[in-house]
Amino acid sequence: MNFNSTIGSNIQVTQYIAIAASIGLFIYITYLVRNKRIKEEYSLLWLFFSVVFIFFSVWRNGLEDFARLIGIAYPPAALFIILLLAIFLILIEFSRIISRLTDRNTTLAQELGILKMEVEKLKNARKEKESAEDEEESSKETKS
Amino acid sequence: MNEVLIIIPAFNEAENIESVIEKLYLEGEDQWDLLVINDASTDGTGKIARATGKTTVIDLPFNLGIGGGVQTGFKYARRYGYKYAVQFDGDGQHKAEEIPKLLAIVKSSSADVAIGSRFNKKHNGFKSSFLRRIGIRTFEWFSYILIHQRITDHTSGFRAFNRKAIVFLADNYPSDYPEPEAVVLLGKNSFIMQEVFTQMMERKGGISSISLARGPYYMIKVLLSMFMASIRSKTYKHEF
Repeated sequence: MNFNSTIGSNIQVTQYIAIAASIGLFIYITYLVRNKRIKEEYSLLWLFFSVVFIFFSVWRNGLEDFARLIGIAYPPAALFIILLLAIFLILIEFSRIISRLTDRNTTLAQELGILKMEVEKLKNARKEKESAEDEEESSKETKS
Repeated sequence: MNEVLIIIPAFNEAENIESVIEKLYLEGEDQWDLLVINDASTDGTGKIARATGKTTVIDLPFNLGIGGGVQTGFKYARRYGYKYAVQFDGDGQHKAEEIPKLLAIVKSSSADVAIGSRFNKKHNGFKSSFLRRIGIRTFEWFSYILIHQRITDHTSGFRAFNRKAIVFLADNYPSDYPEPEAVVLLGKNSFIMQEVFTQMMERKGGISSISLARGPYYMIKVLLSMFMASIRSKTYKHEF
């Protein structure tokens, strides 16, 4: 009896910690987005999963129902699945973003290379023109 | 400005670049514009190329790899309105005197792309190992399935392109091991390719981008990228 109630209170403590952590995560991400440290479009998955975590930490039976629904006997395993899914999706999203950045980076490097060469050409052309003008002027001076 | 641009990708080719430029310059007789893409070399390749005074040099701010380098050339060619572009390695393995053979094909409009091939002729004298030949055959077979054009030399970096291909590749040139993927990409977008036998010189310096140990990894990666290129939706944007 006594033993059971200890476990019961421990589970309750665990639940409080889970709720606090999930809400903390949600608030932290909101804070980062608000301060423009994370772009909105990249925060969507994080926000979505922190809401999922809050949902399941508040409604404990929900996790059990969910586990039963997808045929998992041990409810905490369902939690791991949700967690893995979240991490997978977010990592795939990162790969997508990194690939896009790489592409843009390449395009920038190429454009930069071409522009640098063009600037160099323009500079050289101007230098030649100026030196030609200088010569003209000096020849005029000597004439006068 | 001429109507032909020779795109010369070069990464740490200080030993070869000068003779490559000189030969191209002699062969071109002022009919070709030369463009060296110095892919962030650390051995002064760009400086040496510029010192010849016979070529335009683009220095990339960091190493993009062969695909990104060659694509820079296509972007330049598109921007300056070149009608034809030739891709020509900066390591001296291609022969400048064979460029007219490739150009003739794209100029006669019998094909959009001409590929200098080491293999479409018997007794070509090109020594390659058994494993390498298996790889080459695999490419040939695989791309025939994908695009129904028979190309024998997928890894050849000696190619000529018409304006249509230049504009297309300026946006879509593949990056990692670009040559085989470009064949599939071009084929899928209904560009006609034609091969012509060209000799390849032994490498004078530098290191081949494909080492034996990384061969199988290379094959898998290239086959995958070829397949991906074939299922990619058509990306051709009309410029004109």
